[in-house]
Amino acid sequence: MLTITRATYDAIVAHAKRDHPDEACGIVAGPEGSDRPERLIEMVNAAGSPTFYEFDSTDLFQLYKEMDARDEEPVVVYHSHTATEAYPSVTDVKLAGEPNAHYVLVSTREHGNDEGPVEFRSYRIVDGQITEEEIQVVEAFSSLG
Amino acid sequence: MAIEVRIPTILRTYTAGEKSVSGAGGTLAALIDDLEANHAGIKDRLIDNGDLRRFVNVYVNDEDVRFLGGLEAELKDGDQVVVLPAVAGGAR
Repeated sequence: MLTITRATYDAIVAHAKRDHPDEACGIVAGPEGSDRPERLIEMVNAAGSPTFYEFDSTDLFQLYKEMDARDEEPVVVYHSHTATEAYPSVTDVKLAGEPNAHYVLVSTREHGNDEGPVEFRSYRIVDGQITEEEIQVVEAFSSLG
Repeated sequence: MAIEVRIPTILRTYTAGEKSVSGAGGTLAALIDDLEANHAGIKDRLIDNGDLRRFVNVYVNDEDVRFLGGLEAELKDGDQVVVLPAVAGGAR
């Protein structure tokens, strides 16, 4: 299960809507081993495409260096699909490189840049296998005790 | 000649879970051959048809190796090599 705060959930949705019709992408980092997505980092989609996303290689390096220095790991890797459902494509599965991450997909196909609900789903992608998981939205992590 | 190589999570199955391993080689190609000798299988995850895989990024001392000559990039003792899988995908 993915547990995520309301603020982070809303920020991912806002990013996806803002970048529509291009795919939006980013990471939510958290302390290593915590499984808590705490620090959202919006990334530039270097592909600038409605059907593909890719972190710029230099940005990627800086991001991982920074996470390393802070003892963080990518807890969530998110991106949007802008004309199709929020389900991992063949490409998404082939390129999924973080076996410990929650892969969040948001679909903006219904309302685009406008207000309105989006599909927001989360998956594990390991060894080519997709496993959808439940999402629990909380106000704050501390409230979990 | 020792070169530190940082291994991403997804390739740590080849390094018994180690985040970082030591290797040797005067070029990136030679380093990868040396890694393969100690961590069988890793080369195929880095190289395809004699070239670096499109969605694998390798950095030498903070620089993307594609700007340093790719597999022919020269390495020296004390260099730090970082391997990161691209974060990429898309609707198709």
